[in-house]
Amino acid sequence: MQLEARQLSFRYHTKWEWVLKDLDFSVAQGECVGLFAPSGSGKSTLALLLAGYLKPVKGAILLDGKPLPSGGICPVQLIYQHPEQAVNPRWRLRKVLEESGQIREELLDVLGIERAWLDRFPRELSGGELQRFCVARALMSGADFLICDEISTMLDVITQAQIWNVVCAEAQKRNMGIVVITHNRNLAQRLCSRICDLKND
Amino acid sequence: MKWNNRTRVFVLTVMLAVLILILYMIGLLIPEEAVGTDFQHAGQPPSWAYPFGTDNLGRDLLLRTLKGLSVSMTVGIAASCISAVIAILVGIAAAAGSKTVDGAINWIIDLMMGIPHTVLIILISFSLGRGLKGLLAGIAATHWTSLARLIRGEVLQLRSQHYIVVSRRLGKSGGWIMMHHLVPHLVPQFMVGLILMFPHAILHEASISFLGYGLPPEQPAIGIILAESMRYLSAGMWWMAVLPGLMLVVIVLLIDRLGENVRTVIDPYSAQE
Repeated sequence: MQLEARQLSFRYHTKWEWVLKDLDFSVAQGECVGLFAPSGSGKSTLALLLAGYLKPVKGAILLDGKPLPSGGICPVQLIYQHPEQAVNPRWRLRKVLEESGQIREELLDVLGIERAWLDRFPRELSGGELQRFCVARALMSGADFLICDEISTMLDVITQAQIWNVVCAEAQKRNMGIVVITHNRNLAQRLCSRICDLKND
Repeated sequence: MKWNNRTRVFVLTVMLAVLILILYMIGLLIPEEAVGTDFQHAGQPPSWAYPFGTDNLGRDLLLRTLKGLSVSMTVGIAASCISAVIAILVGIAAAAGSKTVDGAINWIIDLMMGIPHTVLIILISFSLGRGLKGLLAGIAATHWTSLARLIRGEVLQLRSQHYIVVSRRLGKSGGWIMMHHLVPHLVPQFMVGLILMFPHAILHEASISFLGYGLPPEQPAIGIILAESMRYLSAGMWWMAVLPGLMLVVIVLLIDRLGENVRTVIDPYSAQE
């Protein structure tokens, strides 16, 4: 299975300039691709496009040659860089996790999610703690591709390592494709089999 | 249940609600005969037998005030319920509909808010032949605007939230998102808006009746009592105006307090304090 952006162009408004122009990008199952580019060069926009949050203005996002399904659980899941915006502030975190299916206890253990957190509200946890929930939610959905948009920027290095270990182990086990968007070149080199520089494309 | 600030506010809220309910029920249960005329005791100042005194026709003012309050509350509750339903429908239509619909609704809201409520209620009430029907229509038609605007803003803001989009990508249907994401946000807003609308509606009912465009003079409404008292104020019968007026203020403050407390209890930002 392959997730592919073909001749992708995007702009937020018809009068504004292109954020992405005629971009080709692909990631295969089992592959971990790093996306590396300076701020403002459209990394997050590409992430939103790949996961189907935005519709391309020109070109297409194809999964195995077909467009992304519009209904049902999307096989491409995005983990966002602001976890506090990605969970409903009125829900206890147990419900946040259950939104993507049955809670997998072993996943909570490896991510270091304490059981007491499940009954709290999002504002009672820190950003790093919330991000673990977002990672768990994305992994539990059974997606084939994971787009990680700066998911560890706000975390300390130990937590960063912990989360990436979990993501990589899970990806290997289930043969998932991963797109790692980061500012940290060392992190990208450590994790990815291939690094793609948006600016040089 | 832990005894913390939340529990305290919760208990206070329940007590307020029960108190208001009791006042309302007392007013409903007072029979017509109890507020009948009795010229032997006309114009008596407050005493143990008549805590609020009696009016120029010898009617017990305490009973009459309580009865009047419950009439006012019935009108207020009915009018603000109708108003709140209008508000939620209009608000959702504005937020979920096209830009043209949104623009039109906003224009109407601005227009309604631009006209003083009292004038508009008098106009509507008068053109519908005064009485209960005209008054209800007038109050219901004027009080929905600010709540509608609030709900519109809330829905617009919610629709762009990341967690709503995530929910859709996790395969949830529009109905599921509506029930689990939108409704829990909107219901508290709606409830608080509704409760805080009561005092407005009640005060408007009283003032319109006072001016003579509302309920008929034989109805023991607070506005009517106050209007009658004006004629005897110069005769030194101060209790006819002061005590019923005070009761109106008290009931309005109680309901306002209830609304604020309900807001505190259901707000997630103070939910576990």
